[in-house]
Amino acid sequence: MHLVLEKRAERSGTIALVSPLIAIGLTLLTMVILFAILGKNPLLALDAYFIAPLTDGYSLQEIAVKATPLVMIAIGLSLCYLANAWNIGAEGQFLIGAVAGSWIAVKTQGTDAGAWVLPAMLLLAAVAGALYALIPAICKVRFGASEILTSLMLVYIADLSLDYLVRGPWRDPHGFNFPTTAEFDPVATVPLLIEGGRLHLGSIIALLVVAAAAILLGRTIKGFEIRVVGAAPRAARFGGFNANQLVILTFAVSGALAGLAGIIEVAGPVGHLQPGISPGYGFTAIIVAFLGRLNPVGILIAGLFLALTFIGGEQAQIAMKIPLDVTKVFQGILLFYVLACDSLILYRFRLVFSNRQVTRGAG
Amino acid sequence: MLDPTPNGLHSGEPPLLQTRGLTKRYGDFVANDSIDIEIRPGEIHALLGENGAGKSTLVKAIYGLIQPSAGEISWQGRPIVLSGPSDARRRGIGMVFQHFSLFDNLTVAENVALGLDGSESFKDMSARLAQVSKTYGLPLDPKREVWQLSVGERQRIEIVRALMQDPKFLILDEPTAVLTPQEADQLSIVLERLKAEGRAILYISHKLDEVKRLCDTATILRAGKKVATRNPRLETAASLARMMVGSEIKEVRAAAGRQTTVPRLVVNDLSLAPAEAHGVRLEHVSFELKGGEILGIAGVAGNGQDELFAALSGERLSKDPGAVVIEGIAAGHLSITGRRKLGAAFVPEERLGHGTAPRMKLSENALLTGHAASRMVRHGFIDTAATLKTVDTATETFDVRKAKRDPEAASLSGGNLQKFIVGREILRNPAVLVVSQPTWGVDAGAAAVIRQALLDLATEGAAVLVTSQDLDELVEITDRIAVMFHGRLSVPLPTRETTREKLGLLMGGSSLEPKEAVHASGA
Ligand SMILES: Nc1ncnc2c1ncn2[C@@H]1O[C@H](COP(=O)(O)OP(=O)(O)OP(=O)(O)O)[C@@H](O)[C@H]1O
Ligand SMILES: [Mg+2]
Repeated sequence: MHLVLEKRAERSGTIALVSPLIAIGLTLLTMVILFAILGKNPLLALDAYFIAPLTDGYSLQEIAVKATPLVMIAIGLSLCYLANAWNIGAEGQFLIGAVAGSWIAVKTQGTDAGAWVLPAMLLLAAVAGALYALIPAICKVRFGASEILTSLMLVYIADLSLDYLVRGPWRDPHGFNFPTTAEFDPVATVPLLIEGGRLHLGSIIALLVVAAAAILLGRTIKGFEIRVVGAAPRAARFGGFNANQLVILTFAVSGALAGLAGIIEVAGPVGHLQPGISPGYGFTAIIVAFLGRLNPVGILIAGLFLALTFIGGEQAQIAMKIPLDVTKVFQGILLFYVLACDSLILYRFRLVFSNRQVTRGAG
Repeated sequence: MLDPTPNGLHSGEPPLLQTRGLTKRYGDFVANDSIDIEIRPGEIHALLGENGAGKSTLVKAIYGLIQPSAGEISWQGRPIVLSGPSDARRRGIGMVFQHFSLFDNLTVAENVALGLDGSESFKDMSARLAQVSKTYGLPLDPKREVWQLSVGERQRIEIVRALMQDPKFLILDEPTAVLTPQEADQLSIVLERLKAEGRAILYISHKLDEVKRLCDTATILRAGKKVATRNPRLETAASLARMMVGSEIKEVRAAAGRQTTVPRLVVNDLSLAPAEAHGVRLEHVSFELKGGEILGIAGVAGNGQDELFAALSGERLSKDPGAVVIEGIAAGHLSITGRRKLGAAFVPEERLGHGTAPRMKLSENALLTGHAASRMVRHGFIDTAATLKTVDTATETFDVRKAKRDPEAASLSGGNLQKFIVGREILRNPAVLVVSQPTWGVDAGAAAVIRQALLDLATEGAAVLVTSQDLDELVEITDRIAVMFHGRLSVPLPTRETTREKLGLLMGGSSLEPKEAVHASGA
């Protein structure tokens, strides 16, 4: 008896929906083993990670706050990935957006600039993110440079630029030499949805982005172009769709969304620009995009789930002294299983009860 | 080697392979309905049937590629369950697919090595490759890279690769669909030889004359069921076709008095460097095609037909806008969408991956070429109802058989997908239709439907350009025929005045008398 992997004739719709759940199940199983090896009670650890955060209102809001950038970035990335353009540098586009938007906040600090400040910040952040993402896109289209490498390398440039600005020109003079800008003015801050709570306007924007992406992919010819170019490049060319143009477009859109997420994070929950504003949102969003099946609604759910692991990780650290890096391990294992389970959409396992006679060389 | 078995005498001897009640369901759809078939050593057994009759499904089950829903396969008298193709190969079942699975940039020997299961060294394998190809008169240079080879040579690799496993039973799925007549003749010689060695062969083909010549037994499928097993030598092509279809096949008829009108597609001195290292350079190609006219392009594959298609469709642009003129408008610089908007439509040779996105639904594939000039898109939004309507109309007009209303393109049988693609373009009522290999792998009945549709389109005033390997097809439907050789196109001859010999000469690169064909001096 043995197990074989057999190609399916048609891709399985059911498995496409179930595969992320299988992946999550396998990840949890692996985590249980990992916790046991770390000498922690697996059940308590799982409780701290996945149940406890769901039981109080503050944590629930915090999950939504964390999910906001993840979902916005992942939506953009999913457009790239569907079109076979591999933007790995959303983290950099996120940071550049944060920096560009903060520039307005820093320059208008203490002036009587009016309500235009926040919209201008959002706009500038989106434009900056898009332009930053266009660098790898244009290098790919013009010179054939691998967008995977170039977009990734640009993350470090963005990171260090931010570092330079908050340690140098933009440092808060009254900030005890901490590398941070001054707290943004109220006109440069994303408004809260609930007085005294954590939930902010950014979450609404994220929902709008999800809806827009769903319409784009499901109903419009542009969305169709994106899907065909990725799924069957030669047929797409026959259809009259230009793959290079779509690389440019999807990179620009995903850069804009990452940049927007960046400024919303800075002008929202954080309140000022400082290093470490992102716990790796741009990278985690890659997992969100795949876990969500590159589907807008799927990404919304996956974003909430991964946000839960961030919050859960913090709680587990506080309650059980489990290192925060375990969250990253968790996310890595999850991505691994998601990609592995995806092969089940096109293939299936079959148990074969062999009654094989060796016929080799006979005759 | 295997013992030769006197063929035709089935007395007592157990069949090599036998299926009993073999059934394959896809959802509610029954692709194979309780099929019994027996194949004996030393026979060439034909499997006949219309497009979508279930031939490929049956052989895929026998080769372990798909798992039957019910029924039994016996091998050498014992029931077996195949875990996959490698299991089948281990037992002595080999298969040559219609679509080659070769890597263009690897050599012949490397390709063969990749397809074998064993653990023998590359050197031993190469030696065995040379020996097998010599034994069977299938010459192959192991060091050549695949891209340099013709279709016939590529198929030879697949056959040699299958033979190197020393199969007792070899399945060939439409092996001659893509071969020139000469190559097909060579293949028959090899098959006769394999038969003489006592091997069994299961042979799928739509070419009934070939089947009558070559095969000892024929099993005929219709709509998933076996309708008969006969000796094809005692049948006529027409009687076989009748069993396949269940009724008589209509003859293709050109409407009398077709009028040619104004030139709708004009190509002026089109020269184009190849897009890839392996391509053919187009040199000074010129012709003029009027409305109401069908022009055929004959030629051995790989002489620039693909390049010409790309240049006409706009998948490749020419520097000179005037090189391609559609409906009186210089279009050489226009994209494929721009050309579609001028009223042109295109059907490429490759169905999956070029003409359609295999993993997308038919309705989405209707949109693929329909978005430009049909009313399927409004203000950037897709009108799903309109795309589905195209699917339904094409299904009805061209009798496309499929398991559900809007399946993925890849799940259709080869011939049915071809009918859909041709239908999708014809339904747009194009002014100019450029079509490559319109009936590759399409059964006789459906081929007649497609040819008739091309004739009707011309009757309604469209200009039709047909590239085909099938000379009979070209003679049947075209008004003029030109031959492509080494990237050059001969001067078109009226079809009435051509003979097979004349065309054969042109296809081989010889020129006719200078006054008759100035451009044909391909050398
Ligand atoms: N994976 C699948 N899902 C649903 N239907 C399928 C699938 N594969 C094949 N079919 C259906 O089964 C039928 C038989 O297909 P098959 O490929 O065996 O036909 P065929 O006899 O080889 O035809 P052709 O001469 O056109 O190659 C077709 O109607 C096809 O649509
Ligand atoms: Mg078939």
